[in-house]
Amino acid sequence: MDKFIAHSGTAIPLRRSNVDTDQIIPAVYLKRITKSGFEDGLFAAWRSDPNFELNQSKYQGATILVAGPDFGTGSSREHAVWALQNYGFKVVLSSRFADIFRGNSQKAGLLTVILAQNEIEDIWLAIEKDSTTQITVDLNSRNVEFKDATGNQRKLNFEIDDYTRWRLMEGLDDIGLTFTKIDKVENFEKSRQGFKPQTIPVKS
Amino acid sequence: MGKTLAEKIWADHVVTSAQGEPDLLYIDLHLIHEVTSPQAFDGLRMANRKVRRPDLTIATEDHNVPTLNIDKPIADPVSALQVETLRKNCAEFGVRIHSLGDVEQGIVHVVGPQLGLTQPGMTIVCGDSHTSTHGAFGALAFGIGTSEVEHVLATQTLPLKRPKTMAINVEGKLKPGVTSKDIILAVIAKIGTGGGQGFILEYRGSAIRALSMEARMTICNMSIEAGARAGLIAPDETTFTYVKNRPHAPTGADWEKALAYWQNLQTDADAKFDQEVFINADELEPFVTWGTNPGQGLPLNSVVPDPKSFKDPVEISAAERALQYMDLKPGTPLKQIKVDTVFLGSCTNGRIEDLRSAAAILKGKKINPAITMLVVPGSARVRVQAEQEGLDQVFLQAGAQWRSAGCSMCLGMNPDQLKPGERAASTSNRNFEGRQGKGGRTHLVSPLVAAATAIKGTLASPADL
Ligand code: SF4
Repeated sequence: MDKFIAHSGTAIPLRRSNVDTDQIIPAVYLKRITKSGFEDGLFAAWRSDPNFELNQSKYQGATILVAGPDFGTGSSREHAVWALQNYGFKVVLSSRFADIFRGNSQKAGLLTVILAQNEIEDIWLAIEKDSTTQITVDLNSRNVEFKDATGNQRKLNFEIDDYTRWRLMEGLDDIGLTFTKIDKVENFEKSRQGFKPQTIPVKS
Repeated sequence: MGKTLAEKIWADHVVTSAQGEPDLLYIDLHLIHEVTSPQAFDGLRMANRKVRRPDLTIATEDHNVPTLNIDKPIADPVSALQVETLRKNCAEFGVRIHSLGDVEQGIVHVVGPQLGLTQPGMTIVCGDSHTSTHGAFGALAFGIGTSEVEHVLATQTLPLKRPKTMAINVEGKLKPGVTSKDIILAVIAKIGTGGGQGFILEYRGSAIRALSMEARMTICNMSIEAGARAGLIAPDETTFTYVKNRPHAPTGADWEKALAYWQNLQTDADAKFDQEVFINADELEPFVTWGTNPGQGLPLNSVVPDPKSFKDPVEISAAERALQYMDLKPGTPLKQIKVDTVFLGSCTNGRIEDLRSAAAILKGKKINPAITMLVVPGSARVRVQAEQEGLDQVFLQAGAQWRSAGCSMCLGMNPDQLKPGERAASTSNRNFEGRQGKGGRTHLVSPLVAAATAIKGTLASPADL
């Protein structure tokens, strides 16, 4: 998992509430043998609509999704997070996230930031007016910066618990956390009895 | 106070522990197969990580491989892709693999013991819940999920909370015709499918010590069906004799060192289990399931139970639903139930002893013409051995089908499936709705009951022939 300290990029407005994980990635896309390649299934049901935000050329290359309230409800599929990441999103902003989705995203290194709904509205207005609006999400100082539709520079604070922030800033997933103790694993391996089997090919 | 066997093995593998955190446990052996590994390998690739100990990792193809025409390409594209992906991943990450056509190919839980990779005192994991099988050697073995597979591939460790321990004491002597499958079905009927949740089971007592290694594997295999992630049996002379001279068994001075260590792997006399269960082996009869979970079982001489006879309302509705699915009426003698298919195989009962015991019943007899019987060896090596002993001829002459190795109809991921409404007597481990094919109905039985049923056409034990 990559370290997340701060991220700047353009954003896509998703003016819908209650976008559940079935809409983020339908079940038919779950038969894959990979954790990658789910971007084609992202919001699959809406992708055939040329007006859907992801299809609009002005939003191409965006890395921040600004979603309506109650984003990520429904099934616990981790694939929803993978699909957003595979597509290129680094951050999702919303006024409310479903618990499981938020947990999954934090494990996988997708930053989910909670702002007040009126702040989300201000960001929507800004990016709808000018799709090149740069948004900076700073995890270190816990704020989101952008220029709003009236031209004012805005700095919005958000909350995130210390442990999650530390893990994201260190880029530690469970495997990453274990790697911080890898010297202990090495020491343990030195004590592993020599008679225990190894799978190297048998001499015939 | 003394320690239980499970506690000793656990303590031997703790890499580091801290208050309020799970223990980090070292894993001695990691078995992988085609279905639960692709995302784990992909995760490694995305994070630019290696398999930490390819020398402690081994792969085989089992869950969705066909058991007919294995020299031809796999017809089902989804299965073919999964198998192909496993091969590519193993090549890329340097993991040894036994592919279709290789004599060491087979069900992952048959292959490990047969190669001598499974040994007492080890920690063994696999992305498959029946990894508990390996506990028969006095190893701590349990199934894990795909993200845990990735964790083990990357670090050879797993953060885990230590479960409690439960003793299953089985004292006495089994009657002829009663097998270890009947012991475990009786245990699950007694403690329920959730009874072992949060526990490591240790099977003990004179009836367990009298069992062969293969019979012990059948018992430990189904620990998960009692809700326990792991079940084990203290190693003894039977274990050591089985392991000795296998391809990966220690030799020479190493063997002596290993033996000295293994002989100490027992629960201390003054150790306390968190819970104890007692079973009288003298009283056990051949067991069969009548419902749709492995806890819904009864002695073969019984009748289909009346759901109203259960006390617990949850059990009552579960029984009602099960009888509806199984199309059975309360009061029907179990021995009058007609079956269409007999499946002899799986990681529960697909080993050489299982094939031998069934062949002994079938020898010189014909199966009922209304019955289709599939005999699927647990591994390619078991198949070869059976052919050397002429067992294949016994099955074929009786009218059964002799297949290649794999999971086959245990879970019906390959073409071996029940049709809707078909009823099977199966030596596998799960009688869930649709497990062996959509709409299929499963009665779990021992290999002896499977063989007798194939001859009679109705659920039967060898004594009924
Ligand atoms: S034989 Fe059945 S239970 Fe055993 S590993 Fe295969 S699918 Fe799982």
